[in-house]
Amino acid sequence: MRTIEHIKEFEPDFLRKLLQDMLLIRRVEEKAAQMYGLQKIGGFCHLYIGQEAVAVGSIAALDLARDYVLTAYRDHGHALACGMEPNALMAELYGKQTGCSKGKGGSMHLFDADKHMLGGNGIVGGHVPVATGVAFKIKYQAEDGVVLCYFGDGAIHQGAFHESLNLAKIWNLPIVYICENNQYGMGTDFRRVSAVHDLSTMGQAYGIEGRQVNGMDVIEVFEATSEAVKMAKEEHQPGFLEIRTYRYKGHSMSDPGKYRTREELDAYRQQDPILVLKQAMIKEGLLTEEDYAALDEAAKKAAEGSAEFAESSPEPLLDERFSDIWA
Amino acid sequence: MPEITYREAIRQAIDEEMERDERVFLIGEEVAQYNGAYKVSQGLLDKYGEKRVIDTPITEEGFTGVGIGAAMAGLRPIVEWMTYNFSLMAYDQVVNNAAKMRYMSGGQVSLPIVFRGPNGPAEYLAAQHSQALQSIFAHIPGLKVVAPATPYDAKGLLKTAIRDDNPVLFLEGELMYAWKGEVPEESYLIPFGEADIKRPGKDVTLVTYAKPLRVVLEAAKALEKRGIDAEVIDLRSIRPLDEETLYASVRKTNRCVVIEESWPFASVGSHVAWLVSNNCFDLLDAPVELVASDEVPMPYNHKLELAVQPSADKILAAVEKVMYLA
Repeated sequence: MRTIEHIKEFEPDFLRKLLQDMLLIRRVEEKAAQMYGLQKIGGFCHLYIGQEAVAVGSIAALDLARDYVLTAYRDHGHALACGMEPNALMAELYGKQTGCSKGKGGSMHLFDADKHMLGGNGIVGGHVPVATGVAFKIKYQAEDGVVLCYFGDGAIHQGAFHESLNLAKIWNLPIVYICENNQYGMGTDFRRVSAVHDLSTMGQAYGIEGRQVNGMDVIEVFEATSEAVKMAKEEHQPGFLEIRTYRYKGHSMSDPGKYRTREELDAYRQQDPILVLKQAMIKEGLLTEEDYAALDEAAKKAAEGSAEFAESSPEPLLDERFSDIWA
Repeated sequence: MPEITYREAIRQAIDEEMERDERVFLIGEEVAQYNGAYKVSQGLLDKYGEKRVIDTPITEEGFTGVGIGAAMAGLRPIVEWMTYNFSLMAYDQVVNNAAKMRYMSGGQVSLPIVFRGPNGPAEYLAAQHSQALQSIFAHIPGLKVVAPATPYDAKGLLKTAIRDDNPVLFLEGELMYAWKGEVPEESYLIPFGEADIKRPGKDVTLVTYAKPLRVVLEAAKALEKRGIDAEVIDLRSIRPLDEETLYASVRKTNRCVVIEESWPFASVGSHVAWLVSNNCFDLLDAPVELVASDEVPMPYNHKLELAVQPSADKILAAVEKVMYLA
């Protein structure tokens, strides 16, 4: 499987897009954290910083005209990688009428149905059967699509996950289950609560071969997902990836992350997915420091603009609470 | 008009809607090869094939969630729970996903899905297989809940449920499957939110829904012999609820008894009794009475299980109370 070592084999525009998408997520979330501190955003806010290569690398393997994405509550990165406008995202975090869900979903429930991003789900593991149902629809309608279903290492012990893998296998559904193993389910090291420490084996009881992937390497994520997507579409085999990653921030904004060491965090920062891609591209002459600065500047501008947009957007009218219950 | 069973009425509704719309499919335990645990889906596998009549493993959370995802993506699933007792394994899927996806997405998705199966006490099944769970579903905004008591209502309401673009909980009854009633051959729909006056009367309003309708009608007959003319209102649809028909009846009778087979604490019946008390306060000649099941897990012994549930005698006692005859 190709990794960051093989970036010369990829189109420069493609690599630049990966870098740009990861930077956008990073800067939008940094802005969200800042605005959370200023109490512009409330409730639970689960940041994705450090994990950007997972959403960006895997969603780059999709054609969102036909394929679908469902994820859990740490969903900002997936939404942006699917093409959600930063303005709609930030306005949703602010609870404004111009948010993607008119301010009624918030951070954990981002939806962009046009872009086939179907949430944003707050119950750990609860969306895994739902994602499986979207794959069921693809097969029922004889479409040529696939579903990527993301969840964390904390969700993998829920019955919903195990029931879903069994169903996907007996019905040959086009779905790739992606366990984003950021190694901590809230404050619990996954090794403390899992009978097996190689989570990629968790699909074996259902005849689904898993694969462990380095989630700090966007190229490796792209490659592994592309292969799984191809298997799902062409051979009607559900796939399973355990993508090892790391979140730099706490579980949510209120979590100082005292259950892990400074050294561990610093070690992962050395393998930062944005840094790794940037350095590899510069080394191969595919990017200059000036190019990078320009990309970063654009991402910061988009993040800043999204906060301005959210700030100046109206609150929903009080009557809005009664709409969108019934179709 | 032909007489058919409640079971056959439901089967016909599913059959007609599957014929009408390719997106409709039936999924659940034993629905296909076994033709349904209660034979509701008899013959549907032969007619529609395994693409549209789908057996599942015993994984209620899993296949209920699959139905929800399929509905969100554009299909129109009918999810059969072998009984509502097992729906508890899937309760999170219904409450947190089916009822909320549309709202949380600001109206971007819709969930056209029907969850159906037998609900309420049967016989000799004991505590885990004999419970009336409508209230825990009716409690949730975003879910429609219907509970037909006759073959005619079952067919018309199920066809409406399948065509509805929202999640609908459709409650049947194991003991009702063999009940017979007239059902026209031509196609018809019954809209949600319309109660049906099963027996007009002027002296007291008896409000019920689902299986207890039968004992309520028995009680009304017994009252007739005593010169009391009871009006029997069958809610049919619990959510949306036809409040106007209730109030119009109570305006006429000034007395009301609500009868249901679930437990009374925070139940559909206790809510209906509160609505009537609140909206008809000046018209009531007596406090509204509620006849529900005893607040105990269902015992296995037949005499005990019958004693737990509403009976004609319990209804008569409540009527005597609201008419000050006791």
